[in-house]
Amino acid sequence: MIINHPLLGPRDSEEFVYLGSADLINRPTNWESEEAAEDFYQYLYIRENIAGDNRELWYHEQGDQSWLVVTRCTLTHEIKSVELAQDVSRAQGRSK
Amino acid sequence: MSKTKYSALKVLKEALTGHKGWEPAWRDAEPKADGYDVIIVGGGGHGLATAYYLAENHGITNVAVLEKGWIGGGNVGRNTTIIRSNYLLPGNEPFYEMSMQLWENLEQDLNYNAMVSQRGIMNLIHSDAQHDAFMRRGNAMLFADAGCEYLNKKEVKERYPFLDMDNARFPIQGALAQPRGGTVRHDAVAWGYARAASDLGVDIIQNCEVTGFNIENGKCLGVQTTKGDIKAGRVGVCVAGSSSRVMAKAGINLPIESHVLQAFVTEGLKPVLDNVITFGAGHFYCSQSDKGGLVFGGDIDAYNTYAQRGNLPIVEDVCSGGMAIMPMVGRVRLLRMWGGIMDMSMDGSPFIDKTDIQELFFNGGWCYGGFKATPASGYCYAHLLATDEPHEVATAYRLDRFRRGEMIDEKGVGAQPNLH
Ligand SMILES: Cc1cc2nc3c(=O)[nH]c(=O)nc-3n(C[C@H](O)[C@H](O)[C@H](O)COP(=O)(O)OP(=O)(O)OC[C@H]3O[C@@H](n4cnc5c(N)ncnc54)[C@H](O)[C@@H]3O)c2cc1C
Repeated sequence: MIINHPLLGPRDSEEFVYLGSADLINRPTNWESEEAAEDFYQYLYIRENIAGDNRELWYHEQGDQSWLVVTRCTLTHEIKSVELAQDVSRAQGRSK
Repeated sequence: MSKTKYSALKVLKEALTGHKGWEPAWRDAEPKADGYDVIIVGGGGHGLATAYYLAENHGITNVAVLEKGWIGGGNVGRNTTIIRSNYLLPGNEPFYEMSMQLWENLEQDLNYNAMVSQRGIMNLIHSDAQHDAFMRRGNAMLFADAGCEYLNKKEVKERYPFLDMDNARFPIQGALAQPRGGTVRHDAVAWGYARAASDLGVDIIQNCEVTGFNIENGKCLGVQTTKGDIKAGRVGVCVAGSSSRVMAKAGINLPIESHVLQAFVTEGLKPVLDNVITFGAGHFYCSQSDKGGLVFGGDIDAYNTYAQRGNLPIVEDVCSGGMAIMPMVGRVRLLRMWGGIMDMSMDGSPFIDKTDIQELFFNGGWCYGGFKATPASGYCYAHLLATDEPHEVATAYRLDRFRRGEMIDEKGVGAQPNLH
């Protein structure tokens, strides 16, 4: 698989480490609330495990060490879009 | 139903009479209009074994196994056929040892030749830390009566002179062996359970994909399929790599990711390897089939996928693992390779449990190691479906164990399915 890095252009997926669903960006911030235990349980352990277009986190370990959000079809391995995770996270209103 | 008993005498008789007396091994059934007491979704090894033990151990014979393709077309016919009971943790080891004992009697129980071969399995040791970890594992195995044997460097070298004992990166210090481990003809397991279940009255329905569940007031009343709706008293899902897709139709998200594992077979060689050898440090494991091909595998591809094929980087990775540990494979040609989709769970261990929906049960999360579990998984799932109680060796396989902080994490890597 070739990942089209937004800054570095097309790179072999072998240069990357796969983490998992891009939902992992949304770490709960409510650690003091009543629901925190349940929210962290859902965040850490439960997966949608989508058959189709999946948004996922790839880390460019053997490159510029940036985190990317790659939208990839889990049925065909076709990569639909690649964004910097930082941009995705900021667009969702997080500080980084 | 006329059950043909397989025996040497029968083979001889058929040979002399033109092989006219053989019958299909199981009935290819169509769904009954008034439904079933139990429907098993998924005709892999686990689903077929569950149906067999429901009928054999609990007398529940009004059972259907629904399979979207053909039985044996899933992971049960794609795996590298290794069986062993060399686990460490108390939640796992008694379960896998029970499975091993069921394998030991499987062919007599089913009257079917599944080529169960207890040729032994040997895990190589390459460092002091690995040595200590394997000693601990060996003791856990002895506690569970699974048996094990420690081989020092000299003994390993005597048995397998072709191993690269003094590899610069991973020199071999010794091995932890389980002489009762080995291999089983994988698709014969599907056929053997199918035949035995069918003889007891179970309907095996192929080309019947479950597309939804009929759920009313929190209770499952049956399934929707490509052959129409089918009523059921109870539904047991058992679909391995498709677990998340199927359970999503009941609105349930699971602690599971789907990943692909690849397997490889070389051209046939004369007998060179009478054991299963695993090289944990680089991740490569290998055995030799009765036809002579080396059967081997290694790491999963490490990204979520439902495509039943892997990519080339892992092919290179696995083959270089092989070259590192047994350089004699260098000139052997690879004949075939394929992939299977596995349900990798958050701690690398499986589930056999009820769900929050009444009469809907779940069996899955077997990762890359569920073939060896087939008999015990069927035995324990049938026990749960028939009695509402988990079997005593499967009490840890609960879906809510992460919520309770009671993971069964053999590798100790945490909630990262692609590392288990
Ligand atoms: C390459 C590879 C090597 C492996 N090596 C080993 C090994 O050496 N030792 C070991 O112990 N384990 C091994 N495993 C793991 C083992 O094969 C699996 O854990 C085990 O086979 C899973 O259980 P099963 O046999 O029931 O699965 P499957 O045979 O996959 O059965 C599930 C069935 O459900 C069906 N299904 C899916 N969705 C639906 C639906 N909607 N409706 C109806 N039916 C449906 C599928 O078609 C399939 O037939 C390996 C796996 C792979 C892929």
